[in-house]
Amino acid sequence: MLNPIDNLNKLFDSRVRLGIMSALMVNDEVNFNDLKELLQITDGNLASHLKALEENSIIKVEKGFVGRKTNTTYSITKSGQKIFKAHIDALEKMIRATK
Amino acid sequence: MNEQQQSLETLQDIKKMMERSSRFISLSGLSGISAGICALIGAWIAHPYVFGTRDFVIHRSMAVEQAMAGDYSAIFNTWLFWIAAATFLTALASAFIFTYVRSKKEGIPLWGVTAKRLLFNVSVPLLVGAIFIFRLIHFGTFGLVAPGCLLFYGLGLVNASKYTLGEIKYLGYCQLLLGIINLWFVGYGLYFWAFGFGVLHILYGAYMWWKYERD
Repeated sequence: MLNPIDNLNKLFDSRVRLGIMSALMVNDEVNFNDLKELLQITDGNLASHLKALEENSIIKVEKGFVGRKTNTTYSITKSGQKIFKAHIDALEKMIRATK
Repeated sequence: MNEQQQSLETLQDIKKMMERSSRFISLSGLSGISAGICALIGAWIAHPYVFGTRDFVIHRSMAVEQAMAGDYSAIFNTWLFWIAAATFLTALASAFIFTYVRSKKEGIPLWGVTAKRLLFNVSVPLLVGAIFIFRLIHFGTFGLVAPGCLLFYGLGLVNASKYTLGEIKYLGYCQLLLGIINLWFVGYGLYFWAFGFGVLHILYGAYMWWKYERD
């Protein structure tokens, strides 16, 4: 059965995760605070979504320091890029389906 | 809400987030207009000094000595330098105010990654241009100052267009074209300068305001 919904990834079934992925698609890397500012959500909320994406190897995490402060940056993995593109394609197909 | 509509909204969200995270989109059209007005006022004040109806040197007694010594401070002994500096600073300050207001209105932090990236990329050609023009003045090649300003500023804008609303590159191309034409009309630099930094800024700012900020 060729249903475009099959390609819609459950992983991206949240506005926060879509936001994270959108930002990482167009930037080489984005740090935690910038993501937080961009999405305007709490630390805990953002961290849990990032964790889920990381566990599925969609994004990778790099921990570093700026002075004494920790600076955690996130970037998208190759497979993450592929999966997210497929997700966008599926969305586009769903729009075209009724036209 | 049906599925198609939902998908469409999701895609629009994705596009918006991509824009928001990679481009500084709070740059206000009003900033362009105010900077353009500052430029026109500056050019108007500078006019009698440029065309010799007023002496552009502040202290004549020091000027000869400075010129003989090849002293760099000679440039600070001219009214034109201070008019240019004041024009630049007021234009920058007024542009900042309108962009600050817009970013507050839209709830986007002003001093984020995108702003820093934009500022860095516009600054590189401008700083190089400033050094180049400083040397032009040092060697007395005043006729190339205005085209130099237009050319380096145009390059700065084209370079910046990847980091803010893309339309700014057309403003950049216009400045470049104006600067190149000015190279063959040395002596009319102030008029070209006033048209590029004044009139074009106002036209661009008005267009951007009309397109993005009109309620």
